Amino acid sequence: MNGWTVLLVGAGAAVGAPLRYLADTAAKARFASVWPWGTFVVNVVGSLVLGAMTAGSAEFGPEVVAVVGTGFCGALTTYSTFGYEVAGLAERGRAGAAWGYLAASVAVGVCAAAIGFLVVRVLLG
Amino acid sequence: MSEQPVADGADGACPVEQAGPPVTTPSSRRWPVLAAVATGGVVGAEARFVIGVAFPQPSGGWPWTTFLVNVSGCLLIGVLLTVLSELTVPHPLLRPLLGVGVLGGYTTFSTYAVDVVALVDAGRPVVALGYVVATPLAAVAACVLGVAVTRRAAGRTGGEPE
Repeated sequence: MNGWTVLLVGAGAAVGAPLRYLADTAAKARFASVWPWGTFVVNVVGSLVLGAMTAGSAEFGPEVVAVVGTGFCGALTTYSTFGYEVAGLAERGRAGAAWGYLAASVAVGVCAAAIGFLVVRVLLG
Repeated sequence: MSEQPVADGADGACPVEQAGPPVTTPSSRRWPVLAAVATGGVVGAEARFVIGVAFPQPSGGWPWTTFLVNVSGCLLIGVLLTVLSELTVPHPLLRPLLGVGVLGGYTTFSTYAVDVVALVDAGRPVVALGYVVATPLAAVAACVLGVAVTRRAAGRTGGEPE
């Protein structure tokens, strides 16, 4: 770890975290739904991008991985909001939505990471 | 049918605007909120990064670092959002700063998902399966625990739930 890497992680996070907030507010304004679309979408997109980053980390180099992977994808996606949303749905008596949201986030998120990973691995040969 | 979006689902919700027309933030308010989220996000991501450097994850083994970062972040958000939404009248930027920013930047869904893929790729499908199931269950349990402990502590120390 050096100062430059710390700076790159911070730069990525300074973009990723506000983007997650904007996605969440946009989704809440657009869909009057109990389903947390904003968090769902940023978690899936971030997983796709980080999957791609991970498969190509040797080619992209440590700087790109720090800014795009650790910083941007790490801050764009969130586990705390996801967990709190599931707990909130359950507490409001929407057990089906809670389980559905949990299972869909995990399944689609992991598939997105796998797609990003495999596509970059194939492209890089 | 579409008059009331879920007002308070997550730390992304902005508590100042619950009375107004759905969830649109006046632009004068938006920049300070975005700055608070960005600042908190940097702090949280750096904390995660430093922990990851201090406790590197062995390839093919259970990803303890990501697991504990995510579960601890969930415990903390349960505590934080209970304090901010039930026990105090917080400054409107506190939730964006600490909830959306710090804890959102600290925890990571993408690393969790990639950990699962990397475990399968390393020929450890059983570890991958255990990890993919255990993380969300532990995370939600940690959120529920954080909320419950905070409510209980507030009730006992004169936080007056009524």
